[in-house]
Amino acid sequence: MTENPGAPVLELPAAAITGERRMVLNMGPQHPATHGVLRLIVELDGEVIVSVQPEIGYLHTGIEKTCEAKFYQQVVPLTDRVNYLDPLSNNLCYCLAVEKLLGLEIPDRAQWIRVLLTELSRLNSHLIWLGTHAMDIGALTVFLYTFREREEILRLFEAVAGQRMMTSYFRIGGLAMEPPLDWLDRVQHFITTFPEKIDEYSNLLTGNPIFMNRLKGVGYLSAADAIALGVTGPPLRASGVDIDLRRDMPYSSYEKFRFNVPTSTVGDTWARYVVRLVEMRESTKIVQQALDGMPGGPVKANAPKIVLPDREKMKTEMEALIHHFKIVTEGFNVPAGEVYQGMECGHGQMGYYVVSDGTSKPYRVHMRYPSFATLQAVETMCKGRLIADLVAVIGSIDIVLGEIDR
Amino acid sequence: MTSQTPSLSGKQAVLEGLPDHPAIKALQASDIDGWNPQAFLDARFDFGELTLTVAAAEIRAACSAVKAAGYNFFEDMTAVDWFPASPRFQLSYHILSHAFKERIRLRVMLDESDPTVDSIVPVWAGANYYEREVFDLFGIRFACHPDLRRIMMPDDWQGHPLRKDYPVEGYR
Repeated sequence: MTENPGAPVLELPAAAITGERRMVLNMGPQHPATHGVLRLIVELDGEVIVSVQPEIGYLHTGIEKTCEAKFYQQVVPLTDRVNYLDPLSNNLCYCLAVEKLLGLEIPDRAQWIRVLLTELSRLNSHLIWLGTHAMDIGALTVFLYTFREREEILRLFEAVAGQRMMTSYFRIGGLAMEPPLDWLDRVQHFITTFPEKIDEYSNLLTGNPIFMNRLKGVGYLSAADAIALGVTGPPLRASGVDIDLRRDMPYSSYEKFRFNVPTSTVGDTWARYVVRLVEMRESTKIVQQALDGMPGGPVKANAPKIVLPDREKMKTEMEALIHHFKIVTEGFNVPAGEVYQGMECGHGQMGYYVVSDGTSKPYRVHMRYPSFATLQAVETMCKGRLIADLVAVIGSIDIVLGEIDR
Repeated sequence: MTSQTPSLSGKQAVLEGLPDHPAIKALQASDIDGWNPQAFLDARFDFGELTLTVAAAEIRAACSAVKAAGYNFFEDMTAVDWFPASPRFQLSYHILSHAFKERIRLRVMLDESDPTVDSIVPVWAGANYYEREVFDLFGIRFACHPDLRRIMMPDDWQGHPLRKDYPVEGYR
């Protein structure tokens, strides 16, 4: 090496002097493969990952603090915005928690429509995962296919709630309103054609040698590590732990539906792909059962001081008008106590911890979202592997930064 | 088994109402290494959920005890600020059992003067981020936590936003 006498002398860091040659790479927060504003500080030895340190909080909006300043019913639209890819699961989890505090009985029809929509919401979440995960790996086509079906699901949401993404359709005590007349037929049409679409994605990816090479044996997570780190949902089931709250601790009449819970014992990125793909097929089965056995009756609980009256009643009955006015201006009081409602959303186990002090505003709302815990497992999955695998691993755990930062 | 049980308030009532509950048995046992049954202070059963209050100094031992009894999955941990009441802070640990398909809540009360509690990361590594979040937003410290830094707010932020004496709107 020839010396350049004019160049300033650089002070070498201690690691370089001792012979350790490591590079620290900053990935994100605006990296296309981080699925939002996730920043990863990756320490590398050549191409091999030594450590991964996630830095989060870029999307922190203090939603939990905002909840404390709103009436119970005003929190529902806030929950949409946490995990914006699976809005109806958020709505459901919060409503179930408050209904538990209130001791409300929800009519069957409302419960079944809730199950139906939550499963569509899960499909929505899984479709985005599949599209973006495949895109991270380099298979761009799949993204266009999955977003085609996602668009149909969003149209179904729009028809029923008036909103494509921020639905707020589930209310404390039932649903916002009865779905439009031909809506169930539209769902039937979608769900009849959907299994073929899953075959289409599978044909594009499952036998694809490049996709297989990038996924198989990558990002291994053992069952013990997954449980210790709080990993839930498809990544946990792909590591061989057979737990699904829909089946094991049923809520909203899930106990009346028959479905399989796919698991795998391999625990790699490929296993997570297969588990989610089978889960989509199981979700279509649940939607079909909900359509076949859809009960009649009201979609709101009989609790005039909690549930807003129908528009027509409000215009014709004095009592209903008074209740409407009271609920909107003063809210309703919820008995003091604390409840934790857990459920299985598209990414894993979600939970709402609601503490009431007996007033019309929640004293504390805490949201347990699966991605927050799953992110802790990235380092375990990537340590000692190549940097190129990091992108595959982040895609396979299906994180949404909105729910991590809240 | 527990969903049909009516509300029970107070340790004695819960002990009589749910005599065979594995978590209660574990906290009552005196033969578990490191666990002192005197630290099991109070219990409550309402809304189909079991809340067990333990002494703040013994939370790690309590977690180890219920983990050994089958409550294997740490699901969630957060704090509640009961300002201006005393003790001010409540920590709620939600622990799930994959075997019993059931969840319990461990509760700890902390004084405002020194809100410090043992970290449970040695028992469940997954509690790491949750404890960082509570540290960041409530200002509660966790002894022996491997990496106790702010997680949501910027590192140079003043104050703890989820405390009740922190305003919802406006600029501090």
